[in-house]
Amino acid sequence: MTAKRRGAQLGMLAFAVLIVMGAYASVGLGINGKIPSGMLGYGLGLGGLMLAAYLVLAKWAPWADPLLLPLVTLVNGIGLVMIYRIEQSGQAGASATTQLMWTALGVVMFSATLIVLKDHRALQRLTYTAGFVGVVLMAIPALLPGSLSEVQGAKIWIRIGGFSIQPGEFAKLALVVFFAGYLVAKRDVLALAGRRLLFIDLPRARDLGPVLITWAFAIATLVLEKDLGTSLLLFGAFIAMLYIATQRTSWVLIGILLFVGGAFLAGQIFSHVEARFNVWLHAEDPALYDAGGGSYQLMQGMFAMGSGGILGTGLGQGYPRLIPLSFSDFIFTATGEELGLTGLMAILIVYALIVERGLRTSLTARDPFTKLLAGGLSFILAWQIFIIVGGVTRLIPLTGLVTPFMSAGGSALLANWMLIALLVRMSDAARRPPPQAIQDEGLTQVMQR
Amino acid sequence: MSELTLLLIRLAFLAVLWFFVIAAVGVIRTDLFGPRTAPAPARKPVKQPRSVSKPKKGEPRQLIVTGGPLQGTIINLTETPITIGRANDATLVLSDDYASSRHARLFPQDGQWIVEDLGSTNGTYLERSKVTRPTPVPLGVPIRIGKTVIELRK
Repeated sequence: MTAKRRGAQLGMLAFAVLIVMGAYASVGLGINGKIPSGMLGYGLGLGGLMLAAYLVLAKWAPWADPLLLPLVTLVNGIGLVMIYRIEQSGQAGASATTQLMWTALGVVMFSATLIVLKDHRALQRLTYTAGFVGVVLMAIPALLPGSLSEVQGAKIWIRIGGFSIQPGEFAKLALVVFFAGYLVAKRDVLALAGRRLLFIDLPRARDLGPVLITWAFAIATLVLEKDLGTSLLLFGAFIAMLYIATQRTSWVLIGILLFVGGAFLAGQIFSHVEARFNVWLHAEDPALYDAGGGSYQLMQGMFAMGSGGILGTGLGQGYPRLIPLSFSDFIFTATGEELGLTGLMAILIVYALIVERGLRTSLTARDPFTKLLAGGLSFILAWQIFIIVGGVTRLIPLTGLVTPFMSAGGSALLANWMLIALLVRMSDAARRPPPQAIQDEGLTQVMQR
Repeated sequence: MSELTLLLIRLAFLAVLWFFVIAAVGVIRTDLFGPRTAPAPARKPVKQPRSVSKPKKGEPRQLIVTGGPLQGTIINLTETPITIGRANDATLVLSDDYASSRHARLFPQDGQWIVEDLGSTNGTYLERSKVTRPTPVPLGVPIRIGKTVIELRK
């Protein structure tokens, strides 16, 4: 039984905005005992934006999932508050006003995607176009000279004048669309052909082509753009979607072996990859801690989370200034210091719920393209959170990925709002009741399967 | 601002954050299983037409599930046809792997109830015989759909 649940959606949305306003007030009280003067402005700004997003959603996707928008609003809002708080602490580069502006643009992108894309299955016709666009977007920074594309070692930007965008963020959406369309067409041969060896079904050698091409592409990203994060993100998304399409465990094993092997080789050959691994394995080594480009940032983040403990120091009472880049890559640790493990867990669960709503859309969807696209987009969101949170907590080597919706950064925010718009569009299609059969006309046959 | 106030604000904020998470889970729960208390007024309009056109003697008034997971379910018969299947909008929604989403339907015609198979995969059986075309259903004769058995009663 599905219903539109508009009331629940509006209620949760208002709740999320109120929590964010409470967080603003709490930051001000923590810093200097006063409620910040900008609180009402920020609160009304965020509230107005989300109300606009809600109205667009109610008009153009009335059956959409009631939770996606409120959940995203909460993490986006908490990100805004944390950036405001880090700006107050005096770290250069953090700007809550810019981030609010990008949030507004994100909501515009969200609305535009919903209004323009009336039926997401139109994307299936653009399968190869999307693949081409994705590859081009990924390749541009690698081909540009370093002065136009390199920031802090990662060659993933296009910088023109004072303006910079990260095309990889948009490329990941295009590539997921491509993977979904491609796998719908090819999944039968990938799922059925092959032979059984010991306890797993091995695919035929000639069917390894697409995996090997994606793998080569991911390794090229790693080497040419010095970006382990995006490389891992894309390859992981492809393997996950391959698994969703074929239900074959062997693809996952092949994928993991290929990537670990490739990354290991790259680590042996290229110094910057090796440095990453070194920082990860020996972060507590004092020499590495003091070395330029060493483990200083990573360990400062760990110390911050440690001083936050279970309940945190309270908003406005930590020292986010001590973590380099605490407003972008390391926003999760800054949040961990002030909200503690309790707050981090709540935020992680909110992320998990967003992903769960996406996966549920994938389960209820009626056609394979929607299933794969919704599954792929949800997975890429979850996978990105895993990579960055795993990175800052030293579970896996640190890679420069943004925390979706929280980190400062326009491209990522825009791309992720578009991702949510696609999920909303698909959940609208999946939850819309099927057309009613005519049943009250005596003996007329209803042709149905 | 005293230490104690700040501590209370901090704890209150975390509590509200978790309350949001719980509220979100509550929305999902309602989505999956429906509201906790079924709205009572919604059922009334269904009952009223029955009292208007009172069934004559000898006509079935109830459909009873006599076997399967829904055993004991009673549906009052009105003038409207009854659909049976796994689809959400069926009158009797079965959760049975052997039933099709629109499996069969029962409808009244000239004082008799007729069962019709809607092209189901595993068929509908009236007593022992497979229903291949719309067939009148006598009182008390079992209709078998997957694991479910239903019959008409007075």
